[in-house]
Amino acid sequence: MPAENGAPSKRRNWSWWYLLFVVQFLVILWPPFYNKAEPALLGIPFFYWFQILWVLVSAVFTAVVYLMTRESR
Amino acid sequence: MPQVNGIALMVFVLLFGLITWLGFAAARWRRGDLDQLHEWGLGGRRFGTVVTWFLVGGDIYTAYTFIAVPALAFGAGAVAFFAVPYTVLIYPLLFLVFPRLWNVCHKRGYITAADFVRGRFGNRWLALAVTVTGIVATLPYIALQLVGIQVVVGALGVTGTGIAGDLPLIIAFAVLAAFTYSSGLRAPASIAIVKDSLIYVATFAIIIVVPMKLGGFREIFAAVPAQKLLLAVPGPHTTGAYGSYATLALGSALALFLYPHSMTAILSASSGGAIRRNAAILPGYSFMLGLLAMVGLFVIAAGIADMPAYAWGFKTFKNNFAVPALILHLFPSWFVGVAFAAIAIGALVPAAIMSIAVANLYTRNIHREFINRNPTNKQESQMAKMVSLIAKLGALIFILFVPTKYAIQLQLLGGIWIIQTLPAVMLGAYTRWFNDWALLAGWAVGTFAGTAMAYASNLAATYTITFTGYSFPGYSALYTVILNLLVVIVLTPVCNALGGQRTRLDETVPADYTA
Repeated sequence: MPAENGAPSKRRNWSWWYLLFVVQFLVILWPPFYNKAEPALLGIPFFYWFQILWVLVSAVFTAVVYLMTRESR
Repeated sequence: MPQVNGIALMVFVLLFGLITWLGFAAARWRRGDLDQLHEWGLGGRRFGTVVTWFLVGGDIYTAYTFIAVPALAFGAGAVAFFAVPYTVLIYPLLFLVFPRLWNVCHKRGYITAADFVRGRFGNRWLALAVTVTGIVATLPYIALQLVGIQVVVGALGVTGTGIAGDLPLIIAFAVLAAFTYSSGLRAPASIAIVKDSLIYVATFAIIIVVPMKLGGFREIFAAVPAQKLLLAVPGPHTTGAYGSYATLALGSALALFLYPHSMTAILSASSGGAIRRNAAILPGYSFMLGLLAMVGLFVIAAGIADMPAYAWGFKTFKNNFAVPALILHLFPSWFVGVAFAAIAIGALVPAAIMSIAVANLYTRNIHREFINRNPTNKQESQMAKMVSLIAKLGALIFILFVPTKYAIQLQLLGGIWIIQTLPAVMLGAYTRWFNDWALLAGWAVGTFAGTAMAYASNLAATYTITFTGYSFPGYSALYTVILNLLVVIVLTPVCNALGGQRTRLDETVPADYTA
């Protein structure tokens, strides 16, 4: 049998917080969700401000995952 | 023909002089023995969280990005915004995969992705495939950085025919080559700090000042034609623009950190923790990129493309002239100098890192593997310095003598090729299940299919797959890496059976992958 060298440590390091990354992926990879002009913010269509906002949200998600998984490493 | 803008040119030259000095002075920063390859080519793996932020940011958000993304928004509208989801997707990948890779590379002394593949799978031909793919994908990328310099130098009004016209580019190249040779990765790391500060200042000035001058965001977006404002809603039986948008974002994200220059910048971090922290703070650059993509729409609203003063620039540099024209049109000369210097210096940082990455690859994975198996440290670093020179010279010759569109097309193909190393490099960081020859077969199939798709779609990034009456336009790189992975999964048991009870060569152990 092949030796799966990486696998055991991966399982040990699993954290439910990683699901935040899944949320981050699904929202941004589903254009029908944000491909609209309204509601606009300061005159910027939803399509643009939402995606830029999502950059900031995903940074916060990553920071949360970092802080919550730090002790286990 | 444009007029030379004296004040802008003076500011530009002054800033360029400053970073030239900085590039040479960098040799003494966090001093190490530059006769060792990991000191010259990875800065001694000593960069902490903040320097890594500037280095990786300066490396992956290149001058070409800052010119080309707004240019695409100017020309094609909303679809250019895929750059934003793309940069949202890269950081979870960075967070999950690269601390493991950093750990194993640090413990085993690997300095390239191919070093890792060689150690993990024990197959020099698989490592060679990763090496050649990396070098071939990176060279046109270096050439494109020089295009960024060409555009701003042209916009400053410095023009000429023959050698005189090319002189600024040759000077920039000579400066770049000299400080990379003498200081290695420390040069782009120190310059990145200055360059990114300039880029941030310039971007925020543009995003605040331009809407004020054009009457606010509402007026700007009202002036953008409806078909450019949003993605086209797909018709029946197709995923249409939505499919292209999402696959372009995902495929580009998967490809990014496989590029040798991304790997070089990441491996130069001082710890896996520094990489994880950067996954949370690097989106600062993505935020800026999102703002800059909108600037492409500002150019439409400002009506600059029809003004006679900029006709020359648009004719020479096409849509890449959009952002420089907007800056020339709405800002005072001194600011033009600062912004253009930021773009030009922004080209030098990734170009330097890319040439170092190519040099590391050639030296470690071709020269040491196939030509001279036991070089001294000094021979190895000397070879890398020479190769970094040759890589840049090649890029310069390419950009001077070959039409720019070929560099752009080659860079597009480069993305399709580099993603084929994903199973060996990224998945290899997690599992040794794959058979090395199956990986090589998957790589070959993916590379061939990707190239064929690109040619079939006339060198566009997206290819339309038709299946039972439904059509799925999407990024060829993503489609073909899935094919690659399927080949690897199917062939792994077959190759294992054919190979009999052959001992599996894996010099790494599980403990290498954790801190």
